[in-house]
Amino acid sequence: MAELDTSGGGKHKGGKVRSKKASTRVDLTAMVDLAFLLITFFMLTTTLAKKKEMDLAMPDNSVKTTQLPVAATRSMTILLGSHNKLEWYMGEPGKSAPTVDGYGKDGLRKALIENNKNVMATHAAPDNTMIVLIKPSDKSTYENLVTALDEMNITNIQTYAIVKITPMEIADLQKNNIY
Amino acid sequence: MPRVKVARKSTAIDMTAMCDVAFLLLTFFILTAKPKVEDPSKAEVPSSSKEKLVPEENLATISVGQKGKIFYSLTGNDNRIGALTAMGEKYHITFTPEEQKIFSVTEIFGVPMNQLKAFLAMNGDEKAKFVQPGIPADTTGNSELSNWILTSRQADKALHDKDLDVAIKGDKREEYPTISTVIQILEKQKKFKFSLITDLKTAPKK
Repeated sequence: MAELDTSGGGKHKGGKVRSKKASTRVDLTAMVDLAFLLITFFMLTTTLAKKKEMDLAMPDNSVKTTQLPVAATRSMTILLGSHNKLEWYMGEPGKSAPTVDGYGKDGLRKALIENNKNVMATHAAPDNTMIVLIKPSDKSTYENLVTALDEMNITNIQTYAIVKITPMEIADLQKNNIY
Repeated sequence: MPRVKVARKSTAIDMTAMCDVAFLLLTFFILTAKPKVEDPSKAEVPSSSKEKLVPEENLATISVGQKGKIFYSLTGNDNRIGALTAMGEKYHITFTPEEQKIFSVTEIFGVPMNQLKAFLAMNGDEKAKFVQPGIPADTTGNSELSNWILTSRQADKALHDKDLDVAIKGDKREEYPTISTVIQILEKQKKFKFSLITDLKTAPKK
């Protein structure tokens, strides 16, 4: 088997009777077995996939800053409801009918890209970026929030904020059966 | 015709090379191993397309799982002792050096202050079986979770002169109010930048 062969010398002619040198061959099988056992153990107990993180910055609410008003037409409000559904509307609440949508490629992402294009086209640069307000309701899940934030990243929207939902908007979600 | 004799080969294989490789891999895994920490919150994190890695030190993680229970984990043994001592002063509980030592190696916990002593006295088996009730939290700015974060941040500032990073690790199915409470606690402490822990999902095609 796997051994190191260093045994030397046969019998010397006519010499003294020497004690036979023991072979120094070592059987490595057991050692290899053990090594692989330990490898398996360490492979299984180690954490291979490291968790990723998403940075989130909330506005500093302790300092009151005076800000110039922004055109309401530039803002898009997303209300996160229950059952993985959301609704969104452009501009001020109540002015335009909200659209009920789902998350994902054909839902929120499509809406974001289209609305962003519209806003870009109808407003003069440099103030023509869309502002997104994300309003999670109490019935939405944490996954919904993360998905919505992730969509902002995917569609490359720079200005967005998490805002508290108003009772009026909750009533609207209820009307659409997603609260 | 003489019969062609096939020389019998020995079935012994030289295992030296295999042994070398095995031990090389073993060394690699031992050195890179970071044992999995059993997370009592069992939080299944949502996926996102972000690829930024979670820092391994100087981090406090607030795990939310199992129907709104909050668990807390802090990196650095000295930070943990610092935070525990400060918390003990706040809630008038004195921790023995023994308890401090146990706490300094506790990766994650979710017990209120009045049960912490009993929790630290448990052995590994009991700890695993014990259902942790979660850390009480509300938006008043003086809840236990809020104080844990505050004392940890103070400890980190005093010991390492760094601003502690805070991460939220929430279960997918967790409803928003609990997460909102945690965010409000952080806002009250003027910690406006924090991170949400997510899993990597393959980047969607645009």
